[in-house]
Amino acid sequence: MANWDIKDLEYWDAAIREHVDDIGLDCYEQEFEVCDHSQMLGYMAYHGMPAHYPHWSYGKSYEKTKTLYDHGATGLPYEMVINSDPCLGYLMTDNSLCLQILTIAHVYGHNDFFKNNFTFTCATQASETLSKFKTAADRVRTYAEDPSIGIDRVENILDAAHALSMNCSRNAGIRKLKPEEQRERLIEESQPKDDPFADLAPRAEQAELDLRKVPLEPDEDILLFVRDYNPHLMAWQQDLLTIVHEEAMYFLPQIETKIMNEGWASYWHHKIMNSLDLPQDIYMEFLVRHNQVICPHPGGINPYHVGFRVWHDIEQRFDVTAAGESTDTKTSGACGRDKIFEVRESDRDVSFLRRFLTEDLMRDLDIFEFEPKGDNLVVTKVSDEDNWRDVKETLLRSVGMGANPVIKIYDADYGRNRALYLKHETDDRDLHIGYAEKTLGHLHRLWGHRVLLETVMKGKKTLLSYGEHGFDAKLMR
Amino acid sequence: MAIFRPFSSSDALRSDRSAGDRQRHRDKLREAIRDNIADIISEESIIGRHKDRVIKVPIRGIKEYRFVFGDNQGQAGTGEGETEPGQVIGKAGKEGEGSGKAGDQPGVDYYETDVTLEELIEIMFEDLELPDMERKILREVMSERIAKRKGYRKAGVRVHLDRRRTAKARIRRMVATGNVPSASAPSLTDPITDRPSPLEPPSDPSLGNGTPASEQEENDERFPFRRDDLTYKRLVEDTREESNAVVMCVMDTSGSMDSMKKYLARSFFFLLYQFVSSKYQNVELVFIGHHTQARQVTEEEFFHKGESGGTLISSGYNKTLEIIYDRFHPSLWNIYAFHCSDGDNFDSDNANAVKAAKELCEVCNLFGYGEIKPLGSHYYESSMLDMFRRIEADNFQSVLIERKEDIWPSFKAFLSRDRVASGT
Repeated sequence: MANWDIKDLEYWDAAIREHVDDIGLDCYEQEFEVCDHSQMLGYMAYHGMPAHYPHWSYGKSYEKTKTLYDHGATGLPYEMVINSDPCLGYLMTDNSLCLQILTIAHVYGHNDFFKNNFTFTCATQASETLSKFKTAADRVRTYAEDPSIGIDRVENILDAAHALSMNCSRNAGIRKLKPEEQRERLIEESQPKDDPFADLAPRAEQAELDLRKVPLEPDEDILLFVRDYNPHLMAWQQDLLTIVHEEAMYFLPQIETKIMNEGWASYWHHKIMNSLDLPQDIYMEFLVRHNQVICPHPGGINPYHVGFRVWHDIEQRFDVTAAGESTDTKTSGACGRDKIFEVRESDRDVSFLRRFLTEDLMRDLDIFEFEPKGDNLVVTKVSDEDNWRDVKETLLRSVGMGANPVIKIYDADYGRNRALYLKHETDDRDLHIGYAEKTLGHLHRLWGHRVLLETVMKGKKTLLSYGEHGFDAKLMR
Repeated sequence: MAIFRPFSSSDALRSDRSAGDRQRHRDKLREAIRDNIADIISEESIIGRHKDRVIKVPIRGIKEYRFVFGDNQGQAGTGEGETEPGQVIGKAGKEGEGSGKAGDQPGVDYYETDVTLEELIEIMFEDLELPDMERKILREVMSERIAKRKGYRKAGVRVHLDRRRTAKARIRRMVATGNVPSASAPSLTDPITDRPSPLEPPSDPSLGNGTPASEQEENDERFPFRRDDLTYKRLVEDTREESNAVVMCVMDTSGSMDSMKKYLARSFFFLLYQFVSSKYQNVELVFIGHHTQARQVTEEEFFHKGESGGTLISSGYNKTLEIIYDRFHPSLWNIYAFHCSDGDNFDSDNANAVKAAKELCEVCNLFGYGEIKPLGSHYYESSMLDMFRRIEADNFQSVLIERKEDIWPSFKAFLSRDRVASGT
């Protein structure tokens, strides 16, 4: 047992809480559960959820983490916290008192972020998190235990659903229109517009509006689309798709705000720990741990590191500009503290970095771009005067959901054959073809008819398809 | 104020929540090993007969597929300052080490699983059936001495005492001498059979043990065991019918068998031996090398010693037959004979070879011929396959092994022949 007991935790929690209130962090009720390392491994495998449906992939995840942990390849995280109301955090018994205090302070930062950032407030209902996961787990177990269904068929559907769960609408702040609304909008758009030059230049011929098309507008929520438009799915299969989709939607904000969120929590644990009256030995240990957490990962992006630096930079710059009454103060109350509170509410990683990762900061962080060349990864561009914008673009498109390809359903009756036609909205990043093949296979299994995916491979338009006879890739003219 | 829920170790014990999912993942991995077996068996590293050696088998883990980007595009990362264009920061295609790439890359999930050779072999042979031995009329007689119970007797050593029967004998004697007041307690259970006595109405089970203990004690006089009561189990030596098998490995060791051909042959014999020894208690292995003459050799010589000269296949077969008749009579032994050669036989010997092969088919459970022709060479080298095609015995199988990957399929084909034969 480490050098603390529950009384210590309560004492320091009260002290931290005072600072949290002073700063103005706006938190849900907070609960902590003390667990040992094997429980922690268990929580990690199931995304921290006290209840979660079973699937072999979580067993794999557990074994992987455990193997790495047992061989000392990775340590366990100090903190694990889930977005729920009350907010639930885990503390590991083996950790020192210093780490517990650090973790508690850090968790309050996350808690505030969960409660206030728009991605979370739009997409998730924190008060229902635990019960939602619990009922989902119960439903999946019921299907698995149902003799007419069984675990194999359940996992079969879950395998396919997991493969496609990240192909969903990315911005919960944008409401998806219902089919009727899409219809109205299309009709409205097709109305001739008032054109003052109509007499001079005849209007271009308009394509005929086909309102029977499914979907009316390209649809990104593949699982929901299959659920709603494949009439052969059983109720339990539809339910599984719903469960997986909803879980993806729950985790989406965390993917979209990884850098902001970790940066925010690190920023505040740093501030709080510095203002607490910590005994010297604990303070020294804190400095060591803090630096471990926010150290850069060479060749990668450590969200704690980048986030921490950007938040600091914002606060400093806006403090300075407020003092110097610079032209940069479009926002009211332009002092740094207000600014960061505003930003933590209104941004996500992409916009956060786009707006606040400055050229100076990029150079400071030594952000560069690299590419595989032969056997090696070679640096191609660094954040110098000419290239920092390019490097920044490369970074921006890989953060959050940017790391997942955008694929939309265009037609559910392609070739009048019930074939599903999808398009990959390409940038210059190609799909991994082996993965695309298997994923299309999963989609084919769910949809029951041929599936086609239009994409670009090595600069050439390519049509991938998966049907009864397996996978095929063709160049398109 | 935050709520702290203290750690309770009993919860921790109960909460191995991922056990079921881990098991399912392991099952999937096991399937993967089995499906992958052709690759594994053709890796030279595992061909070897050190049974307790633990071998590392890298398995492609159960991948979870999604739509992801390939690795042809640039990525961004942070450096330690002073990074220059052109600097090499890591190895491509290696996840994790050094490069520290983001976790969203489609890495190859590699699991290093410790599998002992035994386990591997068990997995491999899981879907193969036991070669049938029952069809032999005079079969396995070689036996093992095992004590088997057969009846009871009045004399014997103490450890064989059957206490239950002894106690019953005493009670029986007690009843016979009239010492038990059976008439006074109609509800007593019958002391001999332990079943409710017929005097008692069976519909009233509550009275089953109804005799007051005190009453019984009053009547209870000392009634010791006598020598007559003692009953011993009688044990007889049983001859258990057991199966014996002999694997006759016949290999062409002539000059034309180069090391590649020998490697292929060795892989095949390795499998054959492992399979047979996993199915039979007692496996003998006989190695016969031949060029123009045949002789029995040690395992070491069989695999490593090169010889030179021409080839007379019949010499190998005749030697095999000789050994069989000499030491492994077909009525007592299951005989598996397999011959590996590059098919380069001396023309005048072909008729003799076929004749000897036919004879081998008669005495062996299985006789197989594997022609080893590293890829393509069978177009210009002579072959025995055509010759042996004339043999119509059910238990003959000839296979062509062109490369490592052929070994497992041909091994399966070899054994399936046995199954077909036994079915008829």
